[in-house]
Amino acid sequence: METLKVVWQVEKMDFTRAGEGSSKIKKMLHQFSIRPDIMRRVAIISYEAEVNLVIHSFGGVLQGEVFPDKVVVTAKDKGPGIEDLSKAMKAGFSTAPLEVRELGFGAGMGLPNIKRSADKLDLQSSEEEGTELVATVYLS
Amino acid sequence: MNLKKVNQLVEGKVVAGEEFLNREIKAAYGADLLSDVLAFTESNTLLLTGLVNSQVVRTAEMLDLSGIVVVRGKIETVEDHTLELAEECNITIIATEKTMFESCGILFHHGLKPCGYAN
Repeated sequence: METLKVVWQVEKMDFTRAGEGSSKIKKMLHQFSIRPDIMRRVAIISYEAEVNLVIHSFGGVLQGEVFPDKVVVTAKDKGPGIEDLSKAMKAGFSTAPLEVRELGFGAGMGLPNIKRSADKLDLQSSEEEGTELVATVYLS
Repeated sequence: MNLKKVNQLVEGKVVAGEEFLNREIKAAYGADLLSDVLAFTESNTLLLTGLVNSQVVRTAEMLDLSGIVVVRGKIETVEDHTLELAEECNITIIATEKTMFESCGILFHHGLKPCGYAN
């Protein structure tokens, strides 16, 4: 049976497995013969969101879901929340620690990349509730 | 240009995905910041990087990149997990002793274009 949804648990600072969820989402999209440019945009969104969960959250869930007209990527974490959302959306702004930067992350392009790749982006964040990112890419 | 030619030009050693050396590349991008790669590369691009961790392969997988050149003689430090993942994702890794600047310079000199100029 065709899979319509991938739900993937992401652990804090687990860089060895970072990207596995996005890989599963990409493989799911392959089944539906989705246009390569759309698949690529979804891949960028899910990978950046997954890496954000690894670097910045206490752990969370990455989800990719296919609908007849769109693909929706959701990343929901348990906190600690984004302190300054407008700063986080700026290209080049990063709060990633040094050891993470040495791995090639922390360019400050994560959320800007997601925003650029998505048709629609909803981002809610608070210290109490954590962060929820919902990115939509339309199929046509 | 194909990956075989790239390997010859940078005098490299193929450490993963040897069976894909005939794969054609359209353009190249050099970076040590993966989000920059995610922001600026096109598919079928060759990535030149100093990174050796498995996330560089994940990034290549996500973007359908053609191959990776690991610069600055890091053959010994490419992690086993990185090589395994590259084989699993059908991605070629070439390791060269040359620096980023020299590797990019040689490939550019031989006609390989930056991303955005390929078409």
